[in-house]
Amino acid sequence: MAALSINNLVTEFDTDEGRVRAIDDVSFTAKAGQTLGIVGESGCGKSVTALSIMRLLPQPMGQIASGSVELDGTDLTQLPIQEMEKVRGARIGMVFQEPMTALNPVHTIGRQLTEVLLIHKSIPPDEAIRQGVELLDRVGIPSPDVRMTEYPHQLSGGMRQRVVIAIALACKPDFLIADEPTTALDVTIQAQILDLIKELQSEMGMSVILITHDLGVIAETCDDVVVMYAGKVAEKGSVFDIFDRAAHPYTRGLLKSIPTLSTAHKSTLSVIDGMVPGLLDLPKGCRFENRCTHSEAPCGGQAPKLQTVNEQHQVSCLRWQEL
Amino acid sequence: MPSSVSPKSAPILKVTDLKMHFPVKEGILLRANKSNKAVDGISFEIQPGETLGLVGESGCGKSTLGRCIARLYEPTSGSIEFEGNDITKLKGRALMPYRQNIQMIFQDPMESLNSRHTIGDILEEPYIVQKIGDKASRAKRVRELLNIVGLPTRSITRYPFEFSGGQRQRIGIARSIALNPKLVVCDEPVSALDVSIQSQILNLLVDLQKEFNLAYLFIAHDLAVVKHISDRIAIMYLGNIVEESTGESIYHEPRHPYTKSLISAIPIPDPHRRVKREIISGDVPSPINPPSGCRFHPRCPRVMERCKLEAPLLRTVADHQVCCHLDDL
Ligand SMILES: Nc1ncnc2c1ncn2[C@@H]1O[C@H](COP(=O)(O)OP(=O)(O)O)[C@@H](O)[C@H]1O
Ligand SMILES: Nc1ncnc2c1ncn2[C@@H]1O[C@H](COP(=O)(O)OP(=O)(O)O)[C@@H](O)[C@H]1O
Ligand code: SF4
Ligand SMILES: [Mg+2]
Ligand SMILES: [Mg+2]
Repeated sequence: MAALSINNLVTEFDTDEGRVRAIDDVSFTAKAGQTLGIVGESGCGKSVTALSIMRLLPQPMGQIASGSVELDGTDLTQLPIQEMEKVRGARIGMVFQEPMTALNPVHTIGRQLTEVLLIHKSIPPDEAIRQGVELLDRVGIPSPDVRMTEYPHQLSGGMRQRVVIAIALACKPDFLIADEPTTALDVTIQAQILDLIKELQSEMGMSVILITHDLGVIAETCDDVVVMYAGKVAEKGSVFDIFDRAAHPYTRGLLKSIPTLSTAHKSTLSVIDGMVPGLLDLPKGCRFENRCTHSEAPCGGQAPKLQTVNEQHQVSCLRWQEL
Repeated sequence: MPSSVSPKSAPILKVTDLKMHFPVKEGILLRANKSNKAVDGISFEIQPGETLGLVGESGCGKSTLGRCIARLYEPTSGSIEFEGNDITKLKGRALMPYRQNIQMIFQDPMESLNSRHTIGDILEEPYIVQKIGDKASRAKRVRELLNIVGLPTRSITRYPFEFSGGQRQRIGIARSIALNPKLVVCDEPVSALDVSIQSQILNLLVDLQKEFNLAYLFIAHDLAVVKHISDRIAIMYLGNIVEESTGESIYHEPRHPYTKSLISAIPIPDPHRRVKREIISGDVPSPINPPSGCRFHPRCPRVMERCKLEAPLLRTVADHQVCCHLDDL
C-alpha cells in the first residue's frame, strides 16, 4: 500500500493572454488504502491537479512550475519520462469523466485491454486475453468474452466506464485517480460504479483519489476531503471535519446551498452570490473574498495561509475562529 | 381515510394516453420498419401554478414528452389539452396563441440562444414574432425582464458567449417568461450548473412561479432538486409513468420497485448516514425493443412470473398512482 503526497504544487498554463496559475501552492496527502476526495466547483483546479500528478498536462502549454508529487518517497515530477510511463498504469491508474476520452473508438475492447497487460507485464498474448476476460468479468460486464471483440460505441456509458476501470486496474496499481467518474452517468449507474470501486479497493488494498463536485458522493465514499477553490486548497480534513465542523465560509456555503431530501419544499435555498473568479482576475487576498459574507478589510489584502483547526483539519481563512 | 387534497380546479394541462414513436431506419434500404417508443401511453394533469416534477434515467423519454407538450413535436397519438382546448394536432397559425402560453427552458441555454444576436435582440424577438408593442415599449419590457431575472441592464448590448452558464440560464428564463406564459416546460434547467449557481436559479424559478402563477413541468434527474421544487412527482421508465404522487410521499413512501431503487441510489451528503443501498443492476433497455410485460422486469428485484407476460396498469394505492403487479405495495 502506498501514500501519495502533493507538496506546494504550482501548475501554470501559457495562454494568449499570458501565463496563468491554475494550481497555486496546493498540498495534501492521500493516505495508503484510503479514499481522498477532492471537491469544488468547475474551474477550481481539480482536473489540473490530477493531470499534474500523472504528468499528463497538455503540452507545451501546461507545466508544473514548482512543488513535488511524492509516491512513497519518489518525486514523480523529477522522473525521466520513460520511468513516468511505467508509473502510469502500473502504479497509478486513472479514470476520467468521459470514458470515450480514454478509449480508442477504432480498436476493440479486447485489444485495448490486452495492450496494457502486454506493456506492463511479461506474459504471452493468450495469457493476456485470458486475464482481460477475467478483468471484464470482475468489473461486472456480462458475457465478457463477447465484449472483448466489440468496439466502445457498442456499449452503454456505464459499461464503457467499467471497461475504463478494468484497464486502469489491469496491472493492480497502488493508486486509482478517478476524475468525476460518475458525473456523466445516471444515479442508478453511479451507485453501481461507486460500489464497484469500493469493492475493488478493499480487495486490492488500493488507495483512491476521487474527484467530484457532488458532496453526496464525497460523504458516502471518502475518508479525507480536500475542498478546492480557484486553484487553492480552501479547507482539508477528515470527511467528518468537513461535514460536521466546516470552518471555511466556502465549504459552509456549498453545504448549505444543496437541496437535500429534508429541505423544506420551495423554501429559499441559501446561495453563494457571484461566481468563481477567472484565473486572469484573481482577487489579491483571499480568493473567496468577493463572494464571502464574512469578509473584512484584511481578507482583501493578504492571501491567508492554511491555519490549523486540529491535527488533520486545516483551513485557509483569516476569520475562521470568529465565525 | 379522508385526504387533505383540495378539490381540483380545472387543469391547465391534461395529457391523455400520449404516444410519440420515432421511426427507426434499418437495413441496407434504410426502411423505417421499427419504431422507438420514446413516449408510450402517458397520462397526467397539471393544475395552474403547480409544479409537476418528472424524473427517470436518461433515455426514458422525458425530453421527448416535454417537447410534445411544448408542441415542438407532433405526437403520434393521444391528446394534449391546454385549458380544455385540444392542441395535439394544431399547426402553424392555429398554434400561435399556445406557443405564447407554453414555453420551454433547456439544459444548455446556448442551444436555444442565437449566438450572433445581442441579449437585447434575443429578448425582443418574442414580441416581434407575436407583433406586440412598438420599439420603445419593447425596449422597456426587455429592461424589465432583465431586472426580473437579476441581470444588469447593460447586458442588452452583450452576446451570449460573454455570459457564464448560470447567467445564460437567466437569459433563457427571461425569454421564456417574456410573453407571460401559463406553463413552462423546464428540461433539466440546472443539471449543467454548479451547486452554488444551481441554488440561485432554483430560487429564481420558485419566485417567478409565485409572482406569475406559472405552472411548471420540471424535468431533472437529480431527485433532491426535483423534490425541492415540485408539488407532485411522476417517475418515468421507458416511455411510461410508473408512479405518481406528492413529492413528500414519493420520497418517504415510494411504492414502485423502480422508485425505491432510484431513491436508494441518491448519495446523501451526510457521512453519518452511509446506508447499504439497494442497487439495481443493468442499464435501461432500448425503447426500440422494450421488454415484454412490465418494462422494468429485467432489472426488478421483486420480479414475478406474471411480470414477464403481462403489462401492469396504473392503479391507485393510497395517494399514489402505481404501475406494478405486486399486491403489497
Ligand atoms: N489547457 C489549459 N489552458 C489554460 N487554462 C487551462 C487549461 N486547462 C485548464 N485550465 C484552467 O485551469 C483552471 C482549472 O481547471 P480544471 O482543473 O479543469 O477545473 P475543474 O476540474 O476543477 O473543473 C480553470 O480556470 C481552467 O480554465
Ligand atoms: N428526435 C428524435 N428522433 C429519434 N429518436 C429520438 C429523438 N429524440 C429522442 N429520441 C429517442 O427517444 C428516446 C427517449 O429520449 P429522450 O426523450 O431524450 O429521453 P430523456 O430526456 O429521458 O433522456 C431515446 O431512445 C432517444 O434516442
Ligand atoms: S410489475 Fe413486476 S417486474 Fe414490474 S415493477 Fe412490479 S414487481 Fe417489478
Ligand atoms: Mg474537471
Ligand atoms: Mg433529456
